[in-house]
Amino acid sequence: MGNKRVDEPTGTEFVGHEWDGIEELNTPLPRWWLWTFYATVVWALGYVILFPAWPLIEKGTEGVLGWTSRGQLAEEMAVADQARATVREEIAQVPLERLSEDAPLMQQAVAGGRAAFQIHCIQCHGSGAAGNQELGYPNLNDDDWLWGGDIRAIEYTLTHGIRQSGDSETRFSAMPSFDGILAPQEVSAVVDHVRSLSGLGEPDARGAELFEQNCAACHGPAGKGSRQFGAPNLSDAIWLRGSSREAITSQILNPRMGMMPKWEGRLDPVTISMLAAYVHSLGGGEDFIEVAEDPEVEVDEQP
Amino acid sequence: MNSPDPQLHHSLLGTYESRRKVHPKRIDGFFRRFKWLIMLVTLAIYYGTPWIRWDRGPYAPDQAVLVDLANRRFYMFNIEIWPHEFYFVAGLLIMAGIGLFLLTSMVGRAWCGYACPQTVWTDLFQHVDRFVDGDRNKRMRLDAAPWTAGKIARRLFKWTIYLVIAFWTGGAWIMYFADAPTLVREFWTLEAPFVAYATVGILTATTFIFGGFMREQVCIYMCPWPRIQTAMMDEKSLTVTYKDWRGEPRGSVKKAQKHPGEFGDCIDCNQCVAVCPTGWDIRKGPDISCITCGLCIDACDRVMDEVGRPRGLIDYLTLEDSEGEIRGQDHRPTWKKVLRPRSVLYFCVWAGIGLGLLFALSARTHTEISAAPDRNPPYMLMSDGEVRNNYTVKLRNMEARPREMRVGIEGLPGAVMWSDTMSGDDAARTIDLPVPADATQTVRLYVRAPQGTDAQDFSLSVVSLDEQAETDAVEVRFVTPGDE
Repeated sequence: MGNKRVDEPTGTEFVGHEWDGIEELNTPLPRWWLWTFYATVVWALGYVILFPAWPLIEKGTEGVLGWTSRGQLAEEMAVADQARATVREEIAQVPLERLSEDAPLMQQAVAGGRAAFQIHCIQCHGSGAAGNQELGYPNLNDDDWLWGGDIRAIEYTLTHGIRQSGDSETRFSAMPSFDGILAPQEVSAVVDHVRSLSGLGEPDARGAELFEQNCAACHGPAGKGSRQFGAPNLSDAIWLRGSSREAITSQILNPRMGMMPKWEGRLDPVTISMLAAYVHSLGGGEDFIEVAEDPEVEVDEQP
Repeated sequence: MNSPDPQLHHSLLGTYESRRKVHPKRIDGFFRRFKWLIMLVTLAIYYGTPWIRWDRGPYAPDQAVLVDLANRRFYMFNIEIWPHEFYFVAGLLIMAGIGLFLLTSMVGRAWCGYACPQTVWTDLFQHVDRFVDGDRNKRMRLDAAPWTAGKIARRLFKWTIYLVIAFWTGGAWIMYFADAPTLVREFWTLEAPFVAYATVGILTATTFIFGGFMREQVCIYMCPWPRIQTAMMDEKSLTVTYKDWRGEPRGSVKKAQKHPGEFGDCIDCNQCVAVCPTGWDIRKGPDISCITCGLCIDACDRVMDEVGRPRGLIDYLTLEDSEGEIRGQDHRPTWKKVLRPRSVLYFCVWAGIGLGLLFALSARTHTEISAAPDRNPPYMLMSDGEVRNNYTVKLRNMEARPREMRVGIEGLPGAVMWSDTMSGDDAARTIDLPVPADATQTVRLYVRAPQGTDAQDFSLSVVSLDEQAETDAVEVRFVTPGDE
């Protein structure tokens, strides 16, 4: 560039570009700016050496410090686990049915259970644990329990699941289909009888007789259900799959039965305990009775 | 004075002026002693307050003044403030602001002259200068002298003292935020939290720089208060005044003896400028630089005594009185200057806020209840047809001792409740709950109402089961099927 021209008023050189008569001056950078720039260059060199930087074909350069974002996450999680370790140990040591005697520990367990519930359980039971009548997921807030509502029974259900293949201790029962066994009029009579048990509609003598013969073995003569078989109480106000004639007919002819995953092996025992404490705390939890009234009930035989 | 000002620099950036260093001379007198007194009191308050102990029983800290940020409590002697009562602190700050207005309307810039931390610490550091380097003339000579080993040693010694004072100042600050004896031990055994070291570091640096080097520049260039004050000053405001009608034209004692009757009382000794901590010449009139500390009055009175002229050539005076004195009238009485309508009005507002805060403080109860209903699900149908609603209830116990509280249902006929720490079989209309000392207890309440209950509002009440029997209540809604 032979023709160096200088802008008269400022004494600064022109860059040499011109747009419609407007020209750019080659104003020198402030010194602080330049030094800041050099400092960033030095910083970048150090960064490239110390941290993962260059993407290569298989994987990137690893950096001298060996830092990874996954590693950092693992570290942070380990610190968080460490912080929870004492509480978890305490929970592990207290027999679950006596947890409520230690109010602060119970609160910790419920809080931990709430967190675990939000990850593992809300897919079916909903974020408020209110279940879903259409799909037959039970409401865990009420006082109606298919398989028992004391904290041990809840823990057992969580551990072994319901109707889980591959677990000999899972809770299992089946509602038989009466399609072809009962004639349509008979089904209709049974439906009337079942509805009348909770005050819906008029009683039906024929239906009562059929109920006695076909249903009472599991649901009990008065339709109170049985927790041993997970047979629902048909005489209360709560209907897992609806109380309409259609819903009940459908359940007799083409019964649907819920599945609950077993969490043993997927969650550690303390997390299962905390989940049991949380579900129990929702308001429908029943008191644990040390000696079961019915020694046959499997639940109470748990070690 | 036609020679170019050596402090004035011309550059490409424009004209700027570098600082004229101020080397105030030692002086003694009424206002100087008053300044000593104020310095003693304010520094004693600042350094000493965190060390005052105050017994609050086993459940609360025993430090008289403590801002407990970690536990969100503010203790001030027998007052304890919770975060939701922060309006007390806001009220105190408003009172402090109006207090400044009140002070300004009564005695002018007295805050600037005597009590402002910038003034107090600058004064302290100027005394350090005097202690290490000697008085005004010696300091000016040393300042102009080349950097010999002796000067460097002297400066390092002085700056070390600056640093010790600055560190002590920063260190005292953090004592307000934690138990002082514990924090001191933790601080020196390197166990204190990082924020403690950072705070001490920052405050040490600001004290060192503002007190040791910036000094009057903070008042003249940085502080907004002098600017606000210039708008608040009027003809009735007390301010330091040089009585030019008495002093001018200036002339030495000798000149006055030669030409009697031609010169005023000012002998142009420059003592008023020499003692000024901000380097202002009061004879030029009032200025933002004049913090009205009155040291020039001390200096001038001393000189007037020596030359046998009446005191008060420089004096605290209002503009109104100045004009009156020129016309030969007497000054208005001092109480009239201080108790003027504006001051009375400020005082009423100030005292009104203070009384309001005191009233609020004495009327507040130490028992409160708040409740949040569960919204997911909003209600639960029970197997016997009853309906249950859940509430997360917070019971606030602001006494420094554990208390029993009785929570009850007001309204909602037939309803009973139980909590997450008791069995549903024991459900009742009222339940008693223990609440820890000085804490908020969160409790889940399950309220069960008979079949057929309509959706309605009802109240959860609380009463403390002690001789105070403080009560509170909160209205909540009971939701039933169909009322979602």
